[in-house]
Amino acid sequence: MSAAVNTWTAIAVTAAGCYAVKLLGLSVPAGLLEKPLVKRLAALVPIALLAALTALQTFGTDQLRLTVDARAAGLAAAWIAVLLRAPFLVVIAAAVLVTAAVRALSGM
Amino acid sequence: MTAPPISGRAADRPPPPYPSRSRVVRDALGVGVAVGLSGFAFGVTSAGAGLTVLQSCLLSLLVFTGASQFALVSALGTGGNPFAAAAGAFFLGARNAFYGLRLSQLLRLPAALRPLAAQWVIDETSAVALAQPDRASARLGFTVTGASLYALWNLTTLVGALGASALGDPAAWGLDAAGPAVFLALLAPMLKGRTERAVAGLAVLLALGGLSLLPAGVPVLAAALAAPLVLAAGRRNRGDGAAPAGPAAQEARQ
Repeated sequence: MSAAVNTWTAIAVTAAGCYAVKLLGLSVPAGLLEKPLVKRLAALVPIALLAALTALQTFGTDQLRLTVDARAAGLAAAWIAVLLRAPFLVVIAAAVLVTAAVRALSGM
Repeated sequence: MTAPPISGRAADRPPPPYPSRSRVVRDALGVGVAVGLSGFAFGVTSAGAGLTVLQSCLLSLLVFTGASQFALVSALGTGGNPFAAAAGAFFLGARNAFYGLRLSQLLRLPAALRPLAAQWVIDETSAVALAQPDRASARLGFTVTGASLYALWNLTTLVGALGASALGDPAAWGLDAAGPAVFLALLAPMLKGRTERAVAGLAVLLALGGLSLLPAGVPVLAAALAAPLVLAAGRRNRGDGAAPAGPAAQEARQ
């Protein structure tokens, strides 16, 4: 498959899947998904995915290797912003600005 | 949610049982505008990952659940398999089914409205609606949050995607750090208890360990195993008296 077909396929599958789960929740009778284990997993799986995505996009490269570059400094700044309870956009801005500054100064 | 009022502080009047419509609208708009503006970060990230303006805008219109959108474009950006990329986005979006379950009991929408309302069932609309004390306020909060967030998220996606091409190389501006920072900002409020932190820590180890061993897009899915693994370990240790009763008890009360 070409890259363009890949992208469109992924968009179509994601759009259909994400809409389907939203509608499913609104439509199924309560109790069907209300099992404690299912609810617990539903709360924990996003945590696992978000933590993995944060790590992979901070330390991963296109060549599927681990690396420490300016992004790590940016994410450290974002982490500090999170600890200071900064608003969402400030957290993102901190990461972007620090990454750009470190990259400009160090060439990493 | 809040502690019961301490007796003897008669000067503190209890809040009115039914919030005024304008207060519900104000709270809902606050959430809708603040989060809606971060569509800009998505537009820039999506364009940086190589998606066209049309593809970026369609994702915001049709998928409309932020973490899934960011996950999808970053997986596509690293050349991952489209189905692995979509699977990661899908598992992130699956939590919306549980919001829908609670919202359907709270809002009691007519069947004809459900397919339309479903697209707005996300973290923020659920948080606002579930915080309301009665059905009318919940419906108002859900609608105002959904409408303002949907409109702004899509508008700022377009602006971000268009602006990104004018910026040139996104990495020179540090914009490759926007994606992970978004995930971090979404993740932080979820790390309430020991179980949650254990899941996050194990997921990071699994993902980074799998990075050079597994095809692109698959390490994220492997990291999802952290959730059942930590739950299973917690169940085995339940006799120790150190069971993670805190978060479970909190959820039971919700």
